[in-house]
Amino acid sequence: MATEVTTLTEERAATKTNGGVKLPIYMDNHATTPVDPRVLEEMLPYFTDRFGNAASRNHSFGWAGEEAVETARERIAKLIGATTKEIIFTSGATESDNLAIKGVAEMYREKGNHIITAVTEHKAVLDTCKRLEKYGYRVTYLPVQKDGLVDLDDLKRAIDDKTILVTIMAANNEIGVVQPIAEIGKLCHEKGVIFHSDATQAVGKIPIDVIKQNLDLLSISAHKMYGPKGVGALYVRRKSPRVQISPIIDGGGHERGMRSGTLNVPGIAGLGKACALCYEEMPQESVRMSGMRDRLRDRIMSNLDEVYINGSMEHRLPQNLNISFAYVEGESLLMGINDVAVSSGSACTSATLEPSYVLKALGTGDDLAHSSIRFGLGRFNTEAEVDYVADRVVETVQRLRELSPLYEMAKEGIDLKSVKWAAE
Amino acid sequence: MSYSNKVIDHYNNPRNVGSMDKNRAEVGTGLVGAPECGDVMKLQIKVNPATNVIEDAKFKTFGCGSAIASSSLATEWVKGKTIDEALAIKNTEIVKELSLPPVKIHCSVLAEDAIRAAIGDWKKKQSTPVAVAEAKV
Repeated sequence: MATEVTTLTEERAATKTNGGVKLPIYMDNHATTPVDPRVLEEMLPYFTDRFGNAASRNHSFGWAGEEAVETARERIAKLIGATTKEIIFTSGATESDNLAIKGVAEMYREKGNHIITAVTEHKAVLDTCKRLEKYGYRVTYLPVQKDGLVDLDDLKRAIDDKTILVTIMAANNEIGVVQPIAEIGKLCHEKGVIFHSDATQAVGKIPIDVIKQNLDLLSISAHKMYGPKGVGALYVRRKSPRVQISPIIDGGGHERGMRSGTLNVPGIAGLGKACALCYEEMPQESVRMSGMRDRLRDRIMSNLDEVYINGSMEHRLPQNLNISFAYVEGESLLMGINDVAVSSGSACTSATLEPSYVLKALGTGDDLAHSSIRFGLGRFNTEAEVDYVADRVVETVQRLRELSPLYEMAKEGIDLKSVKWAAE
Repeated sequence: MSYSNKVIDHYNNPRNVGSMDKNRAEVGTGLVGAPECGDVMKLQIKVNPATNVIEDAKFKTFGCGSAIASSSLATEWVKGKTIDEALAIKNTEIVKELSLPPVKIHCSVLAEDAIRAAIGDWKKKQSTPVAVAEAKV
């Protein structure tokens, strides 16, 4: 492990530099983040000296593990305004989403069978809901508006006397749009419906307060906030209302029976430290992030025409920028900026060969969905990197537009929508 | 996904990029694909009417690196060939030359379609039957 880290660092050091910028540049922090060195430092002893099982109650090895877990629980609770008994450790946000949704569905089956979510949710939520449909649950998939936000009136209308759960993400993984979760939670509580939010992209980036935002269940991931992969948490409200969930993993009764399995002590210690750092640094960091994000946007948009931002700029994570470059296909753009790591909503970059369903839900045409790039800024990006990335994007888009028959046609004044395309 | 060296080479140094006047009698233009599908290729040929030899070829492509490479390669291959020789180019040869993975085979199919569409357009201008050009569609 240590050898691999060294090799990668050496490899990076050995690559070319450009104007003081070390290449390649990582700007895909919605996919994952590097582990903060301070987080790694916190984790390391729990692999070796303090390797004890946190469930071993009768020796010091176990106590050391338990202490690390409880410290982490406090740090997570503090970041989201919860109490320690409301934090359940999981293997990550996908498991947290599954546990929240399936757990409520099973526990409240007698009360009702209706679940409400939105079309732009992560697959961890959408596919979990789809599975429940097979077991007789009814799911409403709310549309979103052009800016990516859920319409509260749509939600109000969708809630009926069989509704047991509303699950709406805090911030979107592709377009960074931040949903009005406090208002959604308020509405749910007025109607006696449980509110779950997949906050994978939000926790650590924007302030989350489970009390003020009326949250009952909240999914958290470590590796999106400079913690390790393979560890996450689920917040489960214990008071007004007390929320109960059925487990989806049975076994030794860990985490008060809600999630069995030996705790991943080093991972949990890392998640805790990551939360503590975000708690301390979020105010300054979010200002720095939105400053760099706006700099990236302005530098790109002042040099290119027909560039479109996907989703609301106002209700958005400070780290996120998602842009469509008309007449240029996303994967070819990624290929042109191969010393920069970002991602695209192009079909060619997805496993399903379909363009981004999130962008389609905003009413973005398939052509512009194919042309989209997601930039995810992070703690370790610099202004010099932002400038380098913007310049590389501009020059590559210009080059590819010279190569694009669509750009040529548009410049000739041909309305591309009126063309009868001879598809394969 | 990693690209073959040949795809990267065509992407970085595309051959025969450009446009010819589509109204000229000796020019045939093929426009295939659709923006919604993420691929549009325009391939043009200039044919010597006396010999039926393709003397020049140009392309412009909206699409992924493999689509750009497939069309760039297609222009290289049709140049200097007769119409009949160009019609014999198969997408599978493009796949092989560029080492395209299975998910990129449609790029080679589109390039073959573009060649046929350009030839079809040229033939129409020469008032000859267009049966061959229609065959693939």
